[in-house]
Amino acid sequence: MTQPYRLSAGGRIDRARTLTFSFDGKRYTGHPGDTLASALLANGVHLVGRSFKYHRPRGILTAGGEEPNALVGVGRDDAHFTPNLRATQVELYDGLTSESQNRAPSLERDYGAINDVFWRFFPAGFYYKTFMWPRKAWTKFFEPRIREMAGLGRSPQTPDAARYAQRFAHCDVLVVGAGPAGLAAALAAAKTGARVILCDEQSEAGGSLLAEPDAQIDGLPAAEWLKTALAQLAAYPQVKLLTRTTAFGYFPHNMIGLAQALTDHEGERSDAQPRGRLWQVRAKRVVIAAGAIERPLVFPDNDRPGIMLAEAARIYLERYGVLPGRRALIFTAHDGAYRTALALHRAGCAIAGIVDLRPNAGGPWVAAAQKAGLAIYPASTIATTDGRLRITGATIKPIAGGSGQRVSCDTLLMSGGFTPSVHLFSQSRGKLVFDATLDAFLPGAPAEACSVAGSAAGVPSLAEVLASGAEAGAAAAGGSAVSYQVTNAPVAQGGFIGAVPYHGDPGSVRAFLDYQNDVTAKDIALAMREGMKSVEHVKRFTTNGMATDQGKLSNMNALGIMSPVLGKPVPAIGTTTFRMPYTPVPFGYFAGYARGELFEPERRTAIHSWAEAQGAVFEDVSLWKRARYFPRGSEDMHKAVARECRAVRNGVGIFDASTLGKIEVVGPDAAEFLNRMYINAWTKLQPGKLRYGILLREDGFVIDDGVIGRITDTRFHVTTTTGGAARVLTMMEDYLQTEFPELNVWLTSTTEQYAVIAVQGPMARKVVAPLITGADISAEALPHMSMVECKIAGVPARLFRVSFTGELGFEINVPADYGRAVWEALMASGKPYDITPYGTETMHVLRAEKGYIIVGQETDGTVTPDDVGYAGMIGKAKPDFVGKRALARKAFAEQTNRKQLVGLLTDDPTLVLDEGAHIVADPAQPKPMTMLGHITSSYWSETLGRSVALALLRDGRARTGEQLYVPLATGNARVSVVAPVFYDPEGTRLNG
Amino acid sequence: MDNLAETTSLSRLFALSGQAGDRRCRPVTGGARFSLRVKQASLGAAGEALGLDLTGPINRAVSSGQRTALRLGPDEWLLLLAEADAASVAASLAQRLTDGLYSLADISHRQTGIALEGAAVTDLLNGGCPLDFDLAAFPVGMATRTIFFKAEIVLWRQDTARFHMEVWRSFAPYVWSLLANVGREYAD
Amino acid sequence: MLLIPCPYCGNRPEIEFAYGGEAHVVRAADPRKEDDAAWTEFLYFRKNPRGDHAERWRHAFGCGRFFNVKRNTYTDHIEASYRIGETLP
Ligand SMILES: [Zn+2]
Repeated sequence: MTQPYRLSAGGRIDRARTLTFSFDGKRYTGHPGDTLASALLANGVHLVGRSFKYHRPRGILTAGGEEPNALVGVGRDDAHFTPNLRATQVELYDGLTSESQNRAPSLERDYGAINDVFWRFFPAGFYYKTFMWPRKAWTKFFEPRIREMAGLGRSPQTPDAARYAQRFAHCDVLVVGAGPAGLAAALAAAKTGARVILCDEQSEAGGSLLAEPDAQIDGLPAAEWLKTALAQLAAYPQVKLLTRTTAFGYFPHNMIGLAQALTDHEGERSDAQPRGRLWQVRAKRVVIAAGAIERPLVFPDNDRPGIMLAEAARIYLERYGVLPGRRALIFTAHDGAYRTALALHRAGCAIAGIVDLRPNAGGPWVAAAQKAGLAIYPASTIATTDGRLRITGATIKPIAGGSGQRVSCDTLLMSGGFTPSVHLFSQSRGKLVFDATLDAFLPGAPAEACSVAGSAAGVPSLAEVLASGAEAGAAAAGGSAVSYQVTNAPVAQGGFIGAVPYHGDPGSVRAFLDYQNDVTAKDIALAMREGMKSVEHVKRFTTNGMATDQGKLSNMNALGIMSPVLGKPVPAIGTTTFRMPYTPVPFGYFAGYARGELFEPERRTAIHSWAEAQGAVFEDVSLWKRARYFPRGSEDMHKAVARECRAVRNGVGIFDASTLGKIEVVGPDAAEFLNRMYINAWTKLQPGKLRYGILLREDGFVIDDGVIGRITDTRFHVTTTTGGAARVLTMMEDYLQTEFPELNVWLTSTTEQYAVIAVQGPMARKVVAPLITGADISAEALPHMSMVECKIAGVPARLFRVSFTGELGFEINVPADYGRAVWEALMASGKPYDITPYGTETMHVLRAEKGYIIVGQETDGTVTPDDVGYAGMIGKAKPDFVGKRALARKAFAEQTNRKQLVGLLTDDPTLVLDEGAHIVADPAQPKPMTMLGHITSSYWSETLGRSVALALLRDGRARTGEQLYVPLATGNARVSVVAPVFYDPEGTRLNG
Repeated sequence: MDNLAETTSLSRLFALSGQAGDRRCRPVTGGARFSLRVKQASLGAAGEALGLDLTGPINRAVSSGQRTALRLGPDEWLLLLAEADAASVAASLAQRLTDGLYSLADISHRQTGIALEGAAVTDLLNGGCPLDFDLAAFPVGMATRTIFFKAEIVLWRQDTARFHMEVWRSFAPYVWSLLANVGREYAD
Repeated sequence: MLLIPCPYCGNRPEIEFAYGGEAHVVRAADPRKEDDAAWTEFLYFRKNPRGDHAERWRHAFGCGRFFNVKRNTYTDHIEASYRIGETLP
């Protein structure tokens, strides 16, 4: 017989359609409207997991997101697999494939259950003490074993095949929870014309009304009222109802994170549409109507499959038409469990008895149970339960003492009352206030523009829940609340926190408190014996509340256990702070679209497509893709770079320098502004001239460099490093706006306005000149470090005579759309000279041969202009520039032995030193050695036929001629200290 | 500035070349752009030179014929012009603002335009832009610099369901791909 | 994510802004007149209060302006924002 526990009528499932699904390889059936949990229960399956630490058999405990036991993996294959889903929230679809977790080889026969036999050796905090000795055993033995045993679920190994969407949204009122309070709040807010977002984690809106067969609202059965309320909301165009949407995080200034499941319920999805959407909602006001969560009772062996929360059992009955068992024992301190007992009784489930901790429980629900003839045991407790993979019975004892009575049952339904869901409110940093009559923390003064309504605020009856929702919604939107007439919904009261009196040896029983982390009442007692007094310490020692459910079921009971032992009232012990996420959110939601190529922008120059077509190898430089070298045939990088270097030194090379940062500095005070920013003097630089500028931070250290051209008296073309472009512009804006607002000068980023093509080498002029109109670029008319505005192939250009290679060179700035065409024109013009495209690697080698620094390579944020030998560039007459005063400090000025830029030549000319390697005077000295400096750049120089290196060396310039050592993995390399210019030190080639 | 088409035979390679787009998302190529910076005292004169009222509020567009000025900050405008108009705009500003207390920088090639249109246009933008596109918060005629995923953009609302986006050229393919990616969720 | 009131653009989301550190750290008009101790203080020493803090932000993906904000570092509540050159309200 299929679905033996499914009732023939009732609930919100569609019996006309049957769905097939599998759990641990076994096939079952269910119906649309089921969750995986309700469908398993309909098939009589309670055993769904093994516990985290002791591997105890566990069953479905709840009907919602607070579920600690029924954690399952779902998905047809590894690319669609999600571990650790709560079966109570997984909507059933045809063909659903699911598996249990934390068991091997099967749920019924789990080797890890050995932990349960030896449970006494695994008390709280055991891992802080146990694995200290011997030290090596930790990595070799304990850690691998623990890793194998611990953790819930398995991580998929293939990339997630699903797409994930993201959306920013704004509203006047965000209502979290679409139960009666949330619906009333949304209706009241919507009436004012406000933009409302109403979200609910469940598949349909309604909350408690989805399992409410008795109550009437405004004369309608609750389910009918729900329909009309939803229809009213749907009629407002400015109201958005998001189901399957969990408000998981409350961030400052009313930013709420929502995780909306879009296709998980639809079956084997196609991946065309996103699986889920992360919403970042900015709400003017938030109404939290998140409801309340039923508490378990803490009694010995309260974790056997078949033991369930009473309200959950009622939801399975009313919403899904499922009986949790055939013979149920009720254990409660709250009237709600009587309602469950009555409903089950009516549906044909035998009630083995109602065990009530309270001596004189009364009220309408108790009276109804009495009238129905159900056996009630007041002032009684449950001392133990039996059954291995399913509960088979329990022993009832009077609290006052006396002999126990075993009753058999296949289900035990418990209720310790309800804990308001204050998680989001707590995340918003709102203060919680303890209510002693409810034994609950309630929302107090809010820290954000939010309010809490309904049972999340501790409101007891349906009538009051609706009223509080309507009031909160109206207040949030500035409207007026309507009132609702509610009949046939008697209030249910009661509750208990802590461990129930159970008359056993406290050392030999296990009464579970935190099901997900396997924390027992005894563990809490142990923590306090070991000196933990604060709830935060107890939490960390025992891990109570530290699982993904964040103690939704256990926090209040932990406080209830601590309070009498510490002799302090609950509020004096405090409660822990809740963090996001409210329930786990798959990583994909946070990644969103930012995967693969869209992870971050990949910036390409206007010439990139040409280099790509030539087979260039690219490297990442900040967000840019830059051509590193252009291999021909089977060349490796070494060969390609050697060829490219030879071409530039002997003929002509062409290089894409477009990524250099560029800033247009314009205004009457442009030169004065640059005087204050850069170390150099700018006033006397004539229009048409270039100067190499060094920029310091205020603390005196080099932060950027670049060539600056004066276009006119009032217009400069500033270049920066590729990586420094944004930083330099921001720094300049900062000084301009906050320190020098009196200067009439403006800054515009022109990095992307121009494609920049460097043509370098003795033949460079022969390549460029034929394309130029409107300027004379002869050596006389356009000497090194000058510039001219002209046209190249008819395209307006800023032509810089500048070199970062040590050869005759030009850098041609053209409007970017023309970059590729001008490049190709230059390639054509250079054909007779075998013009050779070169990449960043060759550029690095050529500049290192000349001793030109690269900021970020020769400098590391602690290097002054003098350290790199550039002190001569400082404009001595200037009263001030950024970093000047810092360099003048006595501590700086008197410091000797600073690291200075030097060149190093290895004794072995074929040895290329490792960049970053250290320099020492005596490699035989005892370790740790005295480090004199480090290698900053190191290359094979094709031009010189040997290796060259730049280094920062203590008192380096004074050490010229000394022989030092660089310890390498391959041995100690002896090096000679030389000046940091290896090629053409006179600079004659530049002026060619 | 010259009219380049008349002086060079070289062809332009636009930042989004090869992308045709569709009705709701389409590259806007060509056009001239300047970043204009003007001191408060010269707003009137600069406005007269351009034939545009620059004294309006920050984050608003003013247009006249094919000239548009988007006020992006207290002293900053993005001028969107026809290419043939660029030289005369530069000249008339130079003529009127003789004290030189302004800055005009050619950024025609720095960025490119994307036209966005359709009933889902604000949903599309909200995939990666954090602004509120309710008409009360972002009315027609509003223009502002903002962010789309990890790219800086300028957004100008030309009509209820029509936007013009400006994006730096090397970020354009990234923005374009994301628009297409987000767009897969919306029918229109 | 904060909602930051730009004095030029109004309330805008935090991701449009860049943080700029403590406000009202004035760079002396003539640094030569500052002694080493004063300059070291200017360079390296900043407040780190739990509570009200005057700090700089830049509306980097917006109007581009630097401005000052009075924010409570514990509650994140922003009490005021004001332009460079204006005094703390
Ligand atoms: Zn702003």
